[in-house]
Amino acid sequence: METASHGSAPPRPASWPMYRALVGVGVACGLLIVSVYVLTLPVIARNEAEALQRAVLQVLPGAVAKASFVFAADGSFHPAGGAATGAETVHAGYDAAGQLVGVAVEGQGMGYQDVIRILYGYAPQRQVIVGMQVLASKETPGLGDKIEKDAAFLANFQSLDVRLAADGENLQHSIEAVKQGTKTTPWQIDGITGATISSKAIASILRQGSAQWVPRLHARQADLVSSGGPNGE
Amino acid sequence: MVNKGSAATSASTDDFIKGLWRDNPVFVQVLGMCPVLAVTNSGINALAMGLATLFVLVLSNALVSMLRHFIPRQVRIATFILIIATFVTVVDYLIQAISLDLHRALGAFISLIVVNCLILGRAEAFASKNSVGRSILDGLGMGVGFTFALLCLGGVREILGNGSLFGVALFPAGFQPWIVMILPSGGFFTLGLWLLFFNYLKSRRQARQALAQEVGV
Repeated sequence: METASHGSAPPRPASWPMYRALVGVGVACGLLIVSVYVLTLPVIARNEAEALQRAVLQVLPGAVAKASFVFAADGSFHPAGGAATGAETVHAGYDAAGQLVGVAVEGQGMGYQDVIRILYGYAPQRQVIVGMQVLASKETPGLGDKIEKDAAFLANFQSLDVRLAADGENLQHSIEAVKQGTKTTPWQIDGITGATISSKAIASILRQGSAQWVPRLHARQADLVSSGGPNGE
Repeated sequence: MVNKGSAATSASTDDFIKGLWRDNPVFVQVLGMCPVLAVTNSGINALAMGLATLFVLVLSNALVSMLRHFIPRQVRIATFILIIATFVTVVDYLIQAISLDLHRALGAFISLIVVNCLILGRAEAFASKNSVGRSILDGLGMGVGFTFALLCLGGVREILGNGSLFGVALFPAGFQPWIVMILPSGGFFTLGLWLLFFNYLKSRRQARQALAQEVGV
């Protein structure tokens, strides 16, 4: 076949050099990508685990160690692997004595530009949210991104009331965002002027997240305490 | 090579210098505007984007030049894109390994280096016609020139829009930053001002050359 086409048709360019170049370069490039991927994979995984660890310890003041748990279908929490993430994963934080400080939960929701992902810490003893950190957001620089840095806004999350009602399944008060400077109750979030949508988005993520997680965590607190975490033994 | 001596040296210096200043990819050729405008809202983002582009540019120029007799004309663009995309993927993984925060800040723009016309332009216009050494120098010059231009924009935008440079606060606490400078519109304003400045330098140089010629005559 090849020899025939070589002999007969001068106007058509020979196809073998084209195949050779495209396939050859393709295979070489593929090998290069795979080897770089394999080489960097452990480093990237370590970076992600470290970033998660930093975030968990930041939203749970007083915690020095963390352990991850997966929420199972039967309503209990099972210990998960080191860098586990996912919608059903929570991270318990422990102090130096191995006592449970609180639980960090991930949440996400629509912001002004794109989905905002946050991590917030819940202290089961006092039934309050004790910290919040934005993991990923594309909010407008200088306006919406104040939700990440604005000290007055972040102060909302030092002790945000998420107390359970008597039935043990609903919150006494839903978290709500109010205009800057008009916060009167411990379950309200003082918004940011100029970042109304972004601050309301945070409130909405926390409202949904707390309604879902606080009853679960409250009911099965023992699962997290008894497993003890890395420092617990 | 050996018998060309000094001519070869000056040609290779020229390969490097032209991208840096005379044919600066941003201020003179006005190429690769997408990353220039999009990721220059801070000095560190500008530097990282510039270095990533430099890395891809040098390696793709080197490989394209190495394979220039092996790649038939008809499939050269497809092969160049393949090579460029490979190095961009490599850079993407390397940046993730170096810093996740940096990777998050640069976002989709790392992958978009693939379609930066500057890189394909140098592969087609220079690397596919010249030796490996000269192509690497050309890539280095253009890449450093591109990084320099991004830093010019990123520096001005961060200083005015955030009151800092590379994260270090420059002004006393009372400074009210011009938020517009780190928003997309600020990128256009800053680029416009830098282009104005470079065109002014160019016209002044031309005027001086014309004067020198008249005096010489």
